[in-house]
Amino acid sequence: MDFAFSSEQDMLRTAAREFLAEQHPLTGLPAIIDGEPGWRPDSWKQLADLGWTDDELTLLDQVVLFEETGAALLPAPLFSTIALALPAIRHDKDLVASVASGELKLSLAWAESGRPQGIADTGLATTVDADGRVTGRKVLVPDATFADALVVTVAGPELRLVRTADATVTPLSTSDRSRRLSEVEFDAAPSQALGDGSVLGEIENRAFVLAAAEALGVGRRALEDGIAHASTREQFGRVIGTYQAVSHQLVDAYADLELARSLTYWAAWALAEGDEQADVAVAAAKTAATEAAVTACERSIQVHGGVGMTWEHILHRLYKRAQWLEAFGASGRALRAKIADSVIG
Amino acid sequence: MDFRDTAAEAAFRAKLRDWYRQNFDPSAIPGAGRPDVDFMRSWSHKLFDAGYVGLTWPEEYGGAGLSPSYQAIYFEEMVRAQAPEHIGIIGLNMAGPTIMAWGTPEQKQRYLPKLLSGEEIWCQGFSEPGSGSDLAGARTTAVLDGDHWVVNGQKVWSSWAHIADWCILVVRTDPAAKKHEGLSYLLVDMHAPGVEVRPLRQITGDPEFNEIFFTDVRVPKDSILGKPGDGWKVAMTTLLHERGTLAFALVGQLRQHFTRLVELSRQPAPDGSVPADDPVVRDAIAREWIELQSLAFTNYRTLTTLLTKGQPGPESSVVKLVWSEANQRLTKLARGLQGLSTMLDDEGGVWDGYWQYRQLRSRGNTIEAGTSEILRNIVAERVLGLPRSR
Ligand SMILES: Cc1cc2nc3c(=O)[nH]c(=O)nc-3n(C[C@H](O)[C@H](O)[C@H](O)COP(=O)(O)OP(=O)(O)OC[C@H]3O[C@@H](n4cnc5c(N)ncnc54)[C@H](O)[C@@H]3O)c2cc1C
Repeated sequence: MDFAFSSEQDMLRTAAREFLAEQHPLTGLPAIIDGEPGWRPDSWKQLADLGWTDDELTLLDQVVLFEETGAALLPAPLFSTIALALPAIRHDKDLVASVASGELKLSLAWAESGRPQGIADTGLATTVDADGRVTGRKVLVPDATFADALVVTVAGPELRLVRTADATVTPLSTSDRSRRLSEVEFDAAPSQALGDGSVLGEIENRAFVLAAAEALGVGRRALEDGIAHASTREQFGRVIGTYQAVSHQLVDAYADLELARSLTYWAAWALAEGDEQADVAVAAAKTAATEAAVTACERSIQVHGGVGMTWEHILHRLYKRAQWLEAFGASGRALRAKIADSVIG
Repeated sequence: MDFRDTAAEAAFRAKLRDWYRQNFDPSAIPGAGRPDVDFMRSWSHKLFDAGYVGLTWPEEYGGAGLSPSYQAIYFEEMVRAQAPEHIGIIGLNMAGPTIMAWGTPEQKQRYLPKLLSGEEIWCQGFSEPGSGSDLAGARTTAVLDGDHWVVNGQKVWSSWAHIADWCILVVRTDPAAKKHEGLSYLLVDMHAPGVEVRPLRQITGDPEFNEIFFTDVRVPKDSILGKPGDGWKVAMTTLLHERGTLAFALVGQLRQHFTRLVELSRQPAPDGSVPADDPVVRDAIAREWIELQSLAFTNYRTLTTLLTKGQPGPESSVVKLVWSEANQRLTKLARGLQGLSTMLDDEGGVWDGYWQYRQLRSRGNTIEAGTSEILRNIVAERVLGLPRSR
């Protein structure tokens, strides 16, 4: 039994942390995400040069990486390219190479209005004709405005690759401005076949593990801010961190995050190894980590007092990402129902 | 990262599983899950004879000298077999490790083998009527008189003292010194003249903990761990193990409770309904499973850090805290499935009052071994680096 990261993984973590602190500090984030286009397209090549878009990274490597990009709220289509789309194009060496080199940024268009919106739900109205032309309307597509092409789920189920230039992308006002959602309309858009829908279950599980990893980073960052504030702010002549009503909230946030961290590592390992408990491990990690991140942000806002409620403070940015991750893919209730089916029968 | 057993671990697991199959029948446990001292004593001897006690202890003291991962496997298999623990919980998890860390070679030889075999049972005399959380405020005194310490005072809440042969006792030996520096740590014979044990009934109805009165009890001068004045430091070693090493056993017990909760939920409740059909119940059970798995895998993380760096990581500090609240929630959930029948005890109750006992006993989990408030203070200061609250 061995829970240790490899020395390469430890190095990846340190390198990512240093790079992000220097190149993508949180202080600079609001100016970028409140403006247009909402990210720095020139930064993508750098991420690719660091190897972050490489298909060689294992899921556990990506867990290490996404915790750091989560903590930085890195506004780039990394989650959408790596977590949502990469498994669907893996069989195509050319596409994989284009992603690795930074030429191709992707996202996944799966949800439709008025239908079940899980990644692996397949009762779809979007269709593809004999000439490979895709017609339909997708909603809640992450980072569609940043992507060069979209993996689109269509009736069958089948997966098609469509260039965003061949579709109509309408950005929606999104609470988490660092990960925007769009509506995408396809009107006989030309497409490339990527295979049947059998990979969707894997995409969902991987995306849940990486959402959990991001959430750990977001929660950790909110907790660090809370600790820093509680260690310096004085009221009634004492630092507020000496009040247990303050410090114990932060301890509980720490405990929730550490427990969720254990689940996330387990889930990543189980999924990568095809362990029989992979599905429930992933469900547990996704709900525990995203819930822990949301609660860590809420506790940190409380500990900050009035300043925690201001638009200028970074906390609401973290909070909204945590909420995004919690709402993404499946609710906690749905994931727990899945777990109940497995443990109770 | 790899959660699979190594070949040697897998062989150990298979052998242990087989041993349980041949030697243990869950239906043979008397009482409704209340500890039965006679049964636990004989069971502990059996475990010892088979070589499953003190797995991580050095061989020279009767241990097996294995890495902590074997202890983890032991607890997993114990849970799987629904088997009870060794009776000497305080000895194995607190007194033993402290004696190993601080004892002289003679002390180790004298106490450890009998502790492992279950021949001698230990209790912990830390808390007093006037000092519980504030352990360093202990007022029980020990005064040197020739070759002996003479002990006077009172301890309280001392678990299993009524069946114990030895006590790890925190006493004040230097009233003039500062609070934390005037303490010493004695090993006291519970059968010595002047030691009087008065059982106290807990809310479960069981007399599990006790008052201990010491009146001019003479303790040999060399029955001390460390030097006079080292008492606080030695006691910290005990508490580290009480709150740390025990984690696998605690989570093992929680898994046993969880397995039984699922079993309970599938059976018709007293009103004829089946709780497992209720989505609200299913959601609550799934929540407890998530919590249980998160504790189990946090323990594995701790174990890895222990094996690679020699001491557990900071995440281990929250396991007892989270476990205690999980155990309280889970047992309460089980009772909530029973309607008004939850008020029936013992033979009249569901499963002969198993859950009634477990749930009431769980209220002590957030008090014993450091209250949850004290544990949160410790994590706030030592892990998060927040300023001291006192
Ligand atoms: C089932 C059980 C078994 C036990 N077994 C043993 C044993 O074998 N040996 C032994 O020595 N002791 C044992 N104890 C005693 C246990 O260690 C003490 O009860 C515990 O340390 C609390 O001390 P106290 O009871 O004096 O409560 P107090 O210390 O008076 O605490 C009362 C309340 O005040 C809170 N409080 C106190 N100080 C602070 C603070 N600084 N900040 C915030 N809140 C605070 C506590 O959290 C608690 O809620 C056992 C207790 C139980 C319940």
